[in-house]
Amino acid sequence: MSTPTSVPPQSEIPPARAIILTRRLSDRVFRGVVTTGGFVSLIVLGLIALFLASRSINIFKTFGFGFITEYKWDSGDPDNGIAPVLGIGAMLIGTIVTSVVGLVIALPVSVGMALFLEYYMPIRLKKSLTMVIDLMAAIPSVIFGLWGFFVLMPHAVYWAKLLHKYFGWIPFLDVQAPIFERSPFIAGLVLSIMIIPIVTSISREVFSQVPLDRIQAAYALGATRWTMIKAVVLPFGSSGIAGGAMLGLGRAMGETVAVYLVLNLYYQPNFQVLFSAGGSVASMIVTKFGEAGQLELQGLMAAGLVLFIVTLIINFLSNMIVKRTSRTGN
Amino acid sequence: MSDVMEFEGNQDNISTKTYLEEAVSQQEISSLASVVSHHSTPSSQPLGTGLEARGVHAWFGKHHALADVNLDFPAGTVTALIGPSGCGKSTFLRTLNRMHEFIPGAAMAGEVLLDGKDIYEPGTDVTKIRLKVGMVFQKPNPFPSMTIAENVLAGLKLAQLKAVNKDDLLEECLHRAGLWNEVKDRLKAHGGSLSGGQQQRLCIARALAVKPEVLLMDEPCSALDPGSTLKVEETVRQLIESVIVVIVTHNMQQAARVSDYTGFFLSDGGPGQLIETAPTSEIFSRPKDPRTEAYVTGRFG
Repeated sequence: MSTPTSVPPQSEIPPARAIILTRRLSDRVFRGVVTTGGFVSLIVLGLIALFLASRSINIFKTFGFGFITEYKWDSGDPDNGIAPVLGIGAMLIGTIVTSVVGLVIALPVSVGMALFLEYYMPIRLKKSLTMVIDLMAAIPSVIFGLWGFFVLMPHAVYWAKLLHKYFGWIPFLDVQAPIFERSPFIAGLVLSIMIIPIVTSISREVFSQVPLDRIQAAYALGATRWTMIKAVVLPFGSSGIAGGAMLGLGRAMGETVAVYLVLNLYYQPNFQVLFSAGGSVASMIVTKFGEAGQLELQGLMAAGLVLFIVTLIINFLSNMIVKRTSRTGN
Repeated sequence: MSDVMEFEGNQDNISTKTYLEEAVSQQEISSLASVVSHHSTPSSQPLGTGLEARGVHAWFGKHHALADVNLDFPAGTVTALIGPSGCGKSTFLRTLNRMHEFIPGAAMAGEVLLDGKDIYEPGTDVTKIRLKVGMVFQKPNPFPSMTIAENVLAGLKLAQLKAVNKDDLLEECLHRAGLWNEVKDRLKAHGGSLSGGQQQRLCIARALAVKPEVLLMDEPCSALDPGSTLKVEETVRQLIESVIVVIVTHNMQQAARVSDYTGFFLSDGGPGQLIETAPTSEIFSRPKDPRTEAYVTGRFG
């Protein structure tokens, strides 16, 4: 006896068919163009890394991990038997210190500006102010550096003295000697102005995407504008703020000329941000490049490679933060 | 006092201004109309209770969306607003708690009296109005970054109110919204983890937590399945002990099931108007206006 069944016998299940897609010529051409474009950027990135690595391989062979941890940059004197010691430890720490100072100053300003633009400003003025802020990003960094040196620094030194006078008991706001010019604080100030546009525009972009129904839900519950922003906009935008901050940090770490003009390079790690001693890998490369011998040149290439890798790591971390916060925020 | 209000303007000072000239030109018409209607439908409500719309007009820019609506919402009742799409019933609902003004270019004329006081009177704290006149939206919109408990109590935080006992308030509101038994074991779960119908009842609980006098519901069940719809309707019927409910709905069975009074809105190409308002049983059994009859019997709309 046989009953109708929906499950066919084993032998009747056909094998999966191969799905063959015939693409049109126009589609193939377009695919080719975009694929090439995509790969070119990857190849350029890879070639840069390869170039830096090949030029600096000798340095890592000679100095090993010490190149990253050593606080000394001495090209040596073969005639007098002094061996060269090349290490960028202090510069690397200095890069991070100045960039973090810059970010700490830029972040609240940028988020505040983005909130103002998106939620407080009349629409017509908003467009022109947004344009002005985006224009800030187009100013060449040497201009920021010169402005920072001639205009900002005299004022910033006074602010630094005030900060030191009233908050000197906080370890990193203390100074070992009363020299306040060309400090990480001042470099950070200049950097903050340079990264404000990018952090602002990314934050604003995210704030403009807050779902209207959530905003209305908050207002319908008797929210003021500020409590609405706290409850709805900031949780939604946290991932965007974090991503913008990390991008700004990456930009600050790679900044060269502006920092070169307003920061005193010093080959010892210094965490006293108001004191006139700091480090920056990118600025160091510029400083040393003109008079570098062969070994030193290799050392500078190696420094470039380290900076390149650190920036990649920062970008990678920023991606992770964005992903994690966006999961909880939305 | 002036019949025409200029909204304080959220981000739209400019567009509001251009509208204002338009509204002024409408002023004569609207004031004339409100005089007429006040004579024809004298308010039966004693002054000082409930919600009352008097001569309400609404505009979006130059578009006159709603003309001269006079409607009372007595305490302890559910009023359903029905009518085809674009007839202005949602717009009208949003004038009742001043959510209308969030739309750039939006304007209104007339008065909305809450406990006898005009909510559009200059100097009125609009956040207090929205506390007294709560709202539930078409699409469930819990705050996704908050837990279920935080969602219910969000209004306290947003309006900077102090609650004596938050746990009691939480339980009470969830009970009244008919959600307590389903979520009591996972109050710390995120609001987004609930089903659509549960989310909508969560939004009702959230609206109740700030103790509103009026609850406006803008097609609260249009995104829900029949089972959830029924639960929301049961909830609505239980709310009337303490809250005046105004519910906009496209579903006439729903209007028949939940409401005591029904208002029928219609737009004949021009601004939307309130065609007829009566006890719900009358609207559905012997409507006075032939257009109402055509609509409720399903001949159009």
